[in-house]
Order: sequence, then structure tokens, then C-alpha cells
Amino acid sequence: MTTMTIESTVYHPDVSGIAATLDITGLNLWYGDKQALHGVTLPIPEGQVTALIGPSGCGKSTLLRCINRMNDLIDGLRIAGHIHLGGQDIYRPAQDPIALRKRMGMVFQKPNPFPMSIFDNVAFPMRVDGFVDRRRQAGAVEHALRGAALWDEVKDRLDDSALGLSGGQQQRLCIARAIACDPEVLLMDEPCASLDPVATARIEELIDELAGRYTIVIVTHNMQQAARASDYTAFMYLGRLVEFGATKNVFQAPLSPRTRDYVTGRFG
Amino acid sequence: MTSTSNLAPTASSNLSRTVPAKADDVRSRGEPFTWLLGGALALGCLMIAGLLALVVWNGFVTFIPKPIEVLTENSGAISAGERVRQESFRPAPDVVAKLSATARENVAGNGGYATRFLIKTGNFDLYGEDFKWVADFDVATRSLPRDMVLVERMEWGPLIGRLIGMTVDGTSVAVTDIADPRFVDAHRAARDRWRKIADLERDDIGGINARIEQERLELRSIELSEGRGSESYRRAAVTYESVAAALAKDHQRSTAEAAALVDTNKGFTATFADAQGTSKTVALDAIVRLYAANDLSWFDKIAIYLARWWEFLSDDPREANTEGGVWPALFGTFTMTLLMVVAVAPFGIVTALYLREYARQGRFVAFVRICVNNLAGVPSIVYGVFGLGFFAYLVGGTIDEVFFQERLPSPTFGTGGLLWSSLTLALLTVPVVIVATEEALSAVPRSIREASLACGASKWQTIKYVVLPRAMPGILTGIILAMARGAGEVAPLMLVGVVKLAPALPIDGTFPFIHLERSFMHLGFHIYDVGFQSRNSEAGKPMVFVTTMLLMTVVFGMNLAAILIRNRLKTRFATAAF
Repeated sequence: MTTMTIESTVYHPDVSGIAATLDITGLNLWYGDKQALHGVTLPIPEGQVTALIGPSGCGKSTLLRCINRMNDLIDGLRIAGHIHLGGQDIYRPAQDPIALRKRMGMVFQKPNPFPMSIFDNVAFPMRVDGFVDRRRQAGAVEHALRGAALWDEVKDRLDDSALGLSGGQQQRLCIARAIACDPEVLLMDEPCASLDPVATARIEELIDELAGRYTIVIVTHNMQQAARASDYTAFMYLGRLVEFGATKNVFQAPLSPRTRDYVTGRFG
Repeated sequence: MTSTSNLAPTASSNLSRTVPAKADDVRSRGEPFTWLLGGALALGCLMIAGLLALVVWNGFVTFIPKPIEVLTENSGAISAGERVRQESFRPAPDVVAKLSATARENVAGNGGYATRFLIKTGNFDLYGEDFKWVADFDVATRSLPRDMVLVERMEWGPLIGRLIGMTVDGTSVAVTDIADPRFVDAHRAARDRWRKIADLERDDIGGINARIEQERLELRSIELSEGRGSESYRRAAVTYESVAAALAKDHQRSTAEAAALVDTNKGFTATFADAQGTSKTVALDAIVRLYAANDLSWFDKIAIYLARWWEFLSDDPREANTEGGVWPALFGTFTMTLLMVVAVAPFGIVTALYLREYARQGRFVAFVRICVNNLAGVPSIVYGVFGLGFFAYLVGGTIDEVFFQERLPSPTFGTGGLLWSSLTLALLTVPVVIVATEEALSAVPRSIREASLACGASKWQTIKYVVLPRAMPGILTGIILAMARGAGEVAPLMLVGVVKLAPALPIDGTFPFIHLERSFMHLGFHIYDVGFQSRNSEAGKPMVFVTTMLLMTVVFGMNLAAILIRNRLKTRFATAAF
């Protein structure tokens, strides 16, 4: 019943003229010969939570990984278009991807703590930045763990292996690691995909708390989660950005029929 | 009830489905293959266990003192010795024909077979053989006389006989008991003097010789750099003459001291008569150990057993390596293997890191990988030839020309030695480390690499902090395999530095303490030498077993150490939650 015509992105009026800390313009991406992103233009508002939703394979994770240039590691990948962070194109030749990643934090689908102690996990971004003094790290580690609502659970066993934590705790540890260096942008790639409902609820509370302090981009499969946790929602389909607007409006008054079908559960 | 009626039609329709006969076939169920696989494993385990049991059993019983049997044969010949083993044999018809009626019946009753045993008679210097086969039917009487003595000597192998007298300082003393205090004291004193002579020769005289050589080399290097006609050479030559003269005086004094001790020892001898009454006089200082084999308590036996083990582990070999200890070989094996690991581990890990983490995965890298795998299949003797040609002659020869010119034409590094052996074996085992390290690196999950990169770590930081620690247990497995392979390798070593008898250990008290250029002894080569290159392979056989057991213990011990380290690393990364 949905037509397969290629429509252009529908922007809600509420996103016109927002202060975008991250500005994605006309982003095209190819894996070899296969184009995965088609002309995505998406201003990401500063200090807000932006959710990327859409069916599997629509390119939302790919888009997220373009923001901190994690896609650079893939052979045969080609990118055209621009992403501006604080006014500078992160794909300009002079940009050092390592320096770029230091300004961002990333949380992955599956908890991926390092095989080290809890303390060393959170201190890792500082260690790679050359701050090796444990006493100076300690304050930042505590701050990050409190920020990730994990401090009270682990403060007595900071030197234990991080792999001994439960799945939900591990994911919060990964969030602590991501915010340890006080990043400008926090990228979350389906952070609750492998967690049980209780752990998911805790992570969502945490996202609520972190909103405002960081610009958060979250990829999610879970529409309720997007509706609950985000301020803005971008709906993607087949590598295209279909609709972008304030979450309330996208869910309650979608402008594109395809978005309507998806958020009401008619396909997806 | 309703649910049952709802399910019923489904169940019946499932039952109506016909099962193909083949599904129930024993071949598709696979039981015979389980038996095949299990059988193969059991066969392998059995063979390994059998080999180990053979080596360990023979290794442990070798040093147990055995009783000395004195056998009188029907012909009247008398022989005395330790029984080594026995076997069935078929005596020739003319031999059987000459036997007594009862003996002939016994042989016939056994289906034409009789038993014979091998006696270790010793006394090689008297009769030119130290083993003898004696057939059961030839033995007239058999006794275990309490005064029969087994004498372990510095030369000629063991002597078996009775003590009939001794000389103390040149005068004969009537002593016939080896426990007599006069004999015991004289023996101990003679051995002490012998040890003193050995010390003098090695430390004092050897040290003086080394210093004279050093002075000569200094003079020679001045001659090479300044020329014979130069003023500095003339001055150095004068100094050299005076120093050499002083050293020569020291040398003379030490030599005289040693000669005096040798002279003293000449006055102390013991005379033994063998079972047939032939007498043989032995210098007391040449007697390593002697005991009345048929007059030993349990305590004596244990003491002798332990003393022999200690001698084996801590002494130099004697009697063409078939007797004495293997300390230099043990030390050489250990040092060489350790050096090899020090060389192979960084080299292999670094290579694998580049190959797996940095190199663009393409045809060239695939080709390199195939080559590395194939290197593991090159015969080890080829590595030996390469090591000799490249390391010893080319690299070592160049080192000699640049740094040790004054010693030429005698080579320093330009010949086989500990360093070149270790490097050759490192080359031989490096494919094992590369393959294992690559496996370990590729097993590190992508997710934690991405986590590290997303934290702003560079690629090298990711490898250093996350990938390498995580891969370390797997890498250590590769090093353990390489170590086991290298420690047991003999063929290439025969070309690049292992010798039958090394005059000095590669690590000792003379500067610079670690002599990597020295040739050394190796347990594996020792086994080959004792078992197949000695005058009498029967005499060397027990040593082959003991040395094999020792080599296996060394390899096992080193592997165990590495495994313990690996397990400690593993527990650090063990997951408790999943």
C-alpha cells in the first residue's frame, strides 16, 4: 500500500532555525558499489536527545558511525557530503579522526567493557590522552561513574574486573567510559538492545539525566523508547531521511505517510 | 479437555508423516564414527603412555645398585657381573647335542628354546669386553659373594673384583676390606688431591693461560693498527715480554704444585683380583665410587642411588660420555632454549602484529602467510645449514673481522656457538609463534577494538592497551609450542654449535661472564652421542634412558612454567557474569 517513490525529506516546522551543534548536509555513503546513505541532511540540536529510528538496514547505525568517523576503518567505503561539528567539517583532510573521537563518546549495542578493572575502564580515555596519574584520574572516574549512576554499586570494588559486572551494569560502565572525558556529543547505538526491561529502564532514566549536559544521538529500534527518551526524532528508511521533527510531533502528527505507517506499527 | 481435543488432529497428522528408512540407519546416526574417533584417541594415548612409561621406568632403575653374581660355567669358566637382562633363544643343534640329558630335555620341553642372560662383567681393560651372554644350561654354580666389589673408575668403565691389597705412599698395606678405615681415608685423601689438581689446572693454570693470551692479543692488535715498526709496538712488546715472563713464572709454580700432587697420588693404589683371580692395580684417585654390591643394606642402596643421581646432574661426563654426569648438557640445553625464546618471542609477535593489524589484507599478505606456514615444514637440518652459512660464517665472520681481528685466524664468533644455535632455532620456530599470534589477534573481538578507538585511542594505543593483553594467553600458547619444538631439536644444532664435549660452560666467572660465542653441550645431542656414537652402545644404553628422561623433564618443566604464567593471565580476563 505504501508507494516506493523516492520522496524528499519532510522537516517539521519546529526544527527550522534550531541551534545545531552537529550539522549533517547532503551525506552520501557507499559500501563498495552499494549506496547506503542518500543525501541525508540532518541538523542535530545542541544539548538535546535526538533519536534515529527506522527499520533494520535503513542506515541509522551507519549514519551514527559517520559522526565519529568509525566508518573510516571499513575497506571500500566512500563518503560524499559534509558533517560540521562546531562549524568545522569533520571530513576535511586536515581533520585527525583520533582528535575528533576524543570530542565524542560512543556507546555500542552490546556492552563492550575492556578486560581490565572497573577503574581502568573508565580511566581509559584519560590514559590514551596521556593522563596516567591515578590520583588525578580518580576524581574524573568517580564523576563519570556517578554520572552513569553506577558509583554506588561499584565504589567498593573499583579494582575488580569489569567483566564481573551484570549486563546492565556493564552498559552503564560503558556510558561512564563514554562521558569520562566530558565529550561534546554522546553517540548511542541501540544501547538497550541486549538488556532486560529493568536494565533498559535504568539506562533510559540515565539518558534523561544526561540530556541537557550532552548532545545525544541515540539509535533505537524501540519506538516507545524513542518516544519516551528523545526530544527530536529522525525517521530513516532505505538510506534516506524521511522525516525529522520534535518527537511529540513525529509520533503524534507525522507528515509523511511512511512515517505514519511505521510509528503506528503497520510496517517495520 | 478442550486443549487436548484441539491438539489431537495435529498430533495424528504428524504421526502420519512417514520417516525415511535412512534416518534410522546406523551410518546416519553415527555411532561407528564415535567409536572410530574414540579409538584413534585411545590408540594415541596408549602409545604416548607406553613411550613415557618405558623411558621413565628405565630412567629410574638405572642408578639402583644391582647385586654381583659369580657364575661358574660347565666349562669351568668363571664370570662375575651384574645381570642386565635375559631373553629366550634357540640354541644351535650342535650345542644342544653336547648338553647333558636333563638340560637337553629342558630345552626340548621348551620347544627348542633356552634362556640366556646378559652379564655386565666390566673389566674392559683386562678382557676387551664388558658384557657377556651366559646361557642358563651352561651355569654350574651361582653365588653372591659378600666381598665382591664394584669399582666405578675414571677410565675403562667399571671393575668387578675383590680387594686384595693397597699401597699407601708407596708401601703396601694388607687391606682386603673396602670398609677398612685405612682404605677409606686414603681413598678420600687421594680424591681430594685429585680435585685440587683439577682446580689448579682449570682455575690457576687456565687463568694464567687466559691472561697470557689476552696480553698476546693486545700486542697483536697494536701490531695490526700501528704496524710492527712503530714506537708504540716496540714499547708494548717490551711490556708484553716482562708480563709474559712474570706470568710464565706463575704458570711454572702452579704446574709444579699440580705435578707434586700427581706424584703423591701415584703412591696410593688399590689392587683388585677379579673372579678368575687376575689382579689389577688401580690408582686410588681414579676410583670415583666403590661398594660391595652383595653386602648393602637398604640404607646403603638408597645412599648410592642418590649419590649417582647427584653425580649425574652435577658433574661433567667421563668415559666418552657414557658415564658421569650431564651437567654441561643440562645447562647448555636450558640456556639455549631460554635464549631462543628471548629471540623468537619478540620477533614472531612483531611480525604477526604487522601482518594482522597493519598490512592491507590482500594477495601479497596471503602469499606471505602461505610462505610462513610452509617454513614450518622445511627440514630442520636445512635450518642448520642456513645457520652455519649465514649466522656463523657470514655474520660471525664479519663480527670477527671488525671486532676480533687480533684473534684471527682462529674464529671467535665465526664458528658455531650458543648464540648462533639459539638464533637458528628461533628461525626454525618463528612460524609457530607467528601463526599462533595471528590466531590470537584475530580472536580479539571487534567490539572492544571499536570501544577503544571510540575513546580516542590511536591504533597503536588500541593494540598496546587492549588487543595485546587480550591476545596474550594465545600468544603464550604459541611460545610454549615453539619452546617444546626448539628444546627437542638436535639436527640443526650439530652444525651450529653443539659439541660432544665442551671444555667450558657458556656462563662462568671469567669476564664477560656470558660467552655466547662458545660451543656448548645439549641433552638431545648427548642422547645421540651416547646411544649411537660411543664405543659400546650397550654400556651407554642406561644413560640414553636417563638423559632422555631428563630432557623430557626439562622441556616439561619449562612448559609448565609458561603454562602457569598463561593461566594467571587468563584468570585476569575470565568473565564471571556470563
